[in-house]
Amino acid sequence: MTDISPRTSEHTFGQKMFDLSRSLRSLPIVPIFILVFLLILPAVTADLIAPHDPIRGRIPDRLAPPVFFGGSWEYPLGTDRLGRDVLSRIMHGAKVSLSVSIVGIIFGGVLGTVLGLVAGYFRGWADAIIMRLVDITMALPSILLALVLAVSVGPSFQTVIIVVTFVLWALYARQVRGEVLSIRERDFVARARVSGASHLRIIFRHILPNAANTIIVLATLQVGSVILLEAGLSFLGVGIPKPTPAWGLMVADGRQLIVSAWWIAFFPGLAITLTVLALNLLGDWMRDKLDPKMKDL
Amino acid sequence: MQRYLLRRVLQSILAMLAISVIAFGLSHLSGSPVDAMLPMDAGPEEAARLTKLWGLDKPVYEQYFIFLGNALQGNLGDSIKWQGQTAMGLVLERLPATLQLGGFAILVSTIIAIPIGVLAAVYKDTPFDAFGKIIALLGQAMPNFWLGIVLIWIFAVTLQWLPTSGRGGLSHMILPAIAMGWFQVAALMRLTRSAMLEVLDSEYVKLARIKGVPEWRVVWVHALRNAAIIPLTYFGLIAGSIFTGSVVIETVFAWPGTGLLAIDAIRGRDFPVVQAVVLTFAGVFILVNLLVDTLYAYLDPRIRYK
Amino acid sequence: MMAQEAPIIEVRELETRIDTKMGPIKAVDGVSFSVRPGQTLGIVGESGSGKSITALSLLRLVPKPAAKITSGSIILDGEEILTASEARMREIRGGKISMILQDPQTSLNPVFTIGSQVIEAIATHVKASPLELLERAIEALKRVRVADPKRRVEDYPHQMSGGMKQRVVGAIALGSNPKVLIADEPTTALDVTIQAQYLKLLKDIQTETGLAIIFITHDFGVVARMCDQVAVMYAGRVVEQGPVRQIFSDPAHPYTKALLNSVPSVEEDVKRLYSIRGQPPAFWDMPAGCRFEPRCDKAMPKCKTEYPPIYESPDGDHHCASCWELESTEWTQSRY
Repeated sequence: MTDISPRTSEHTFGQKMFDLSRSLRSLPIVPIFILVFLLILPAVTADLIAPHDPIRGRIPDRLAPPVFFGGSWEYPLGTDRLGRDVLSRIMHGAKVSLSVSIVGIIFGGVLGTVLGLVAGYFRGWADAIIMRLVDITMALPSILLALVLAVSVGPSFQTVIIVVTFVLWALYARQVRGEVLSIRERDFVARARVSGASHLRIIFRHILPNAANTIIVLATLQVGSVILLEAGLSFLGVGIPKPTPAWGLMVADGRQLIVSAWWIAFFPGLAITLTVLALNLLGDWMRDKLDPKMKDL
Repeated sequence: MQRYLLRRVLQSILAMLAISVIAFGLSHLSGSPVDAMLPMDAGPEEAARLTKLWGLDKPVYEQYFIFLGNALQGNLGDSIKWQGQTAMGLVLERLPATLQLGGFAILVSTIIAIPIGVLAAVYKDTPFDAFGKIIALLGQAMPNFWLGIVLIWIFAVTLQWLPTSGRGGLSHMILPAIAMGWFQVAALMRLTRSAMLEVLDSEYVKLARIKGVPEWRVVWVHALRNAAIIPLTYFGLIAGSIFTGSVVIETVFAWPGTGLLAIDAIRGRDFPVVQAVVLTFAGVFILVNLLVDTLYAYLDPRIRYK
Repeated sequence: MMAQEAPIIEVRELETRIDTKMGPIKAVDGVSFSVRPGQTLGIVGESGSGKSITALSLLRLVPKPAAKITSGSIILDGEEILTASEARMREIRGGKISMILQDPQTSLNPVFTIGSQVIEAIATHVKASPLELLERAIEALKRVRVADPKRRVEDYPHQMSGGMKQRVVGAIALGSNPKVLIADEPTTALDVTIQAQYLKLLKDIQTETGLAIIFITHDFGVVARMCDQVAVMYAGRVVEQGPVRQIFSDPAHPYTKALLNSVPSVEEDVKRLYSIRGQPPAFWDMPAGCRFEPRCDKAMPKCKTEYPPIYESPDGDHHCASCWELESTEWTQSRY
């Protein structure tokens, strides 16, 4: 009894952006609030609002418990072995997590989108080669690549970005290719082709704007898993190197002290969980709003 | 069916070859592969021996074929850290422990996830469905290494119900399996739920009800048999993330498998062992995917008869 | 016409509500009809008129939890089924009353052989050995004229043509000899030639077994071939019903007239396709009076405010219609 009109009309990029901004306006306030509060705000303002230096601690204040567990408001979430404030380190850690996932998703997303467009639009041997590469990439456990890279070139921010790009591009390529395959069959693409538009023009003017929803939704859905990936790599010592305050590193630091000073490992992990949770909720919500077809992702 | 399987086997071999190229390429990434494969204190005659064995004075493509030939015979060189042992030998020695834990984790998460997913679909929009959703959301947000540490803290250290680490009986496997499997439970459950919702809405389920088939049979036989195909296709991916997870979880629980070996090898800059782990993991992963596709073809007659 | 025989199914004032995002709606609103053994009732209407929900209501299989049968009565073979237990309902479904769905491509389970699906339909209602069940399944397939049923029981649905699948669906529906068969547009998804074969098959089986058929369709051509009685549904209500001949020769309700006018005429070169202006009303925005009033050419002021009662034809043939136009004629108000 509900009227669902099929999406047949052509969407220009401008319209897409308009749709997006209109959808964003009705965003439920709770996830956005959690998100801004937990991630973006502390990440951007860590230098201003973090109460202590995240890297240099005060040795005399080492292993201070959190405020409601015998500690003081000086260190609300306690301190670690080197007397560094856990709260301040979590705030600075947000900056690391956020920048890794944004940069990684941009790299992986752009690479995957371009290859997906090429594969889906030109078909033929380009498609065959790219899709085989996708299969191979997906068959190689990502963490192993990180391990090898860590041995060969050493752990660094760049290493993490390479790993993230490597993991993400295949996902994008596959999804975008599928989308392009259906878009290129639509009337407005045929019309553009008949009117003599170049391949580049068709791809960027007609196909890309119509695949934009998929790309945006995929990006939002991936932020959380990229944060988890980075945390895992850092935890293993093959991601962000010490003494940068990365959440995964902090959990690794506190691991041996879980019995005597549980807060060192517990709070950074909680920060990861809540951040990823909020981002996943946002991703789900974006998908429902923008691209209901991708229900199973 | 035969042609389908043949194609899949050929694809798998191709993927394995490509991965061998990557593994080979990685040894050249850090500059001289001789440096990567030799202990720090090795003398020039050692280096000369290695250069000869791997043909390092020959062109790169020839080096690759020598590498491939050696790899096919299971020879990836000697371990640097564990003197006197071959890299492949070390990996194969540790592999059973990883497979045991991974298999157990997959088994447990499947047993938990499928029924919850089915019931969440049947009781859509009820408190049960909401409960399932919370489990899934948490599972997909919690980092497995942190979950492992928290589990040890609560169940092994504080309550002392289960051992903290190491390999032993069933009790040693429970905590690592939970830490490893929770994410899979979440993913499997969501897939099962959405697949079930679609199938329960189908005409053939309607027809089964019209026939007077009891509701439990409608759900667990007619619907699940169809819905199971979709989560199953993701099983290969799940197996992959179990391997990925094993590196982390084995580190947290000191489980003496290949994951822990990989980490130790990296810390000791033991390149041949790392290479052996990568190739083995990729091989097992591709094999599992091949098996999954075979099973998939069996479950879906539309593919079986093609 | 065996007019004296008692109806095998009798539906009175059936009301089925569905909860939608726009609020609860009455998808079926006071529908009454009855069918005698060996007879066929056609329920005709546009999509969204409530005819399919009516059909599912007869099996008590309206989509849960959104839809619910809220009042009325359905007497099947002397038994009230709206108050029957769920266990009893399962015996009734596929036992005394069964149904053929619209699209044969999707109504068979793709992962089971057709043999096992026919067997299941029988085994749910009859206790018998596996060998006996197989024989009965082959028998059922033979009855719907599936060629070489002994071999075909091993086949999967995707190995059969659409027409063949729909025959299998027929075999499933007729497997345990029901007394009432609901056919929900069983031929719309089939090719024209296959359609005719299928309709003839249903007719033949009806003649053999004295099956009562409720035929749901939007196609008056099919009605003319298949039905003895017709009920025309509009926006959840039956607006006109009666013997098929009377409805065709002397339709009383403006909606029926419009529908009949929109049947493409084969004789004429130019298709006379009267499309009715406007759209059916949205269920959550129902007019207070006659539901067809906004689209009706003959609407009177009264039509806007009051739903017309049911009038019965003076000819004594149980031809009834709900329209204010009939108030000033020889038709008499009835309580049908």
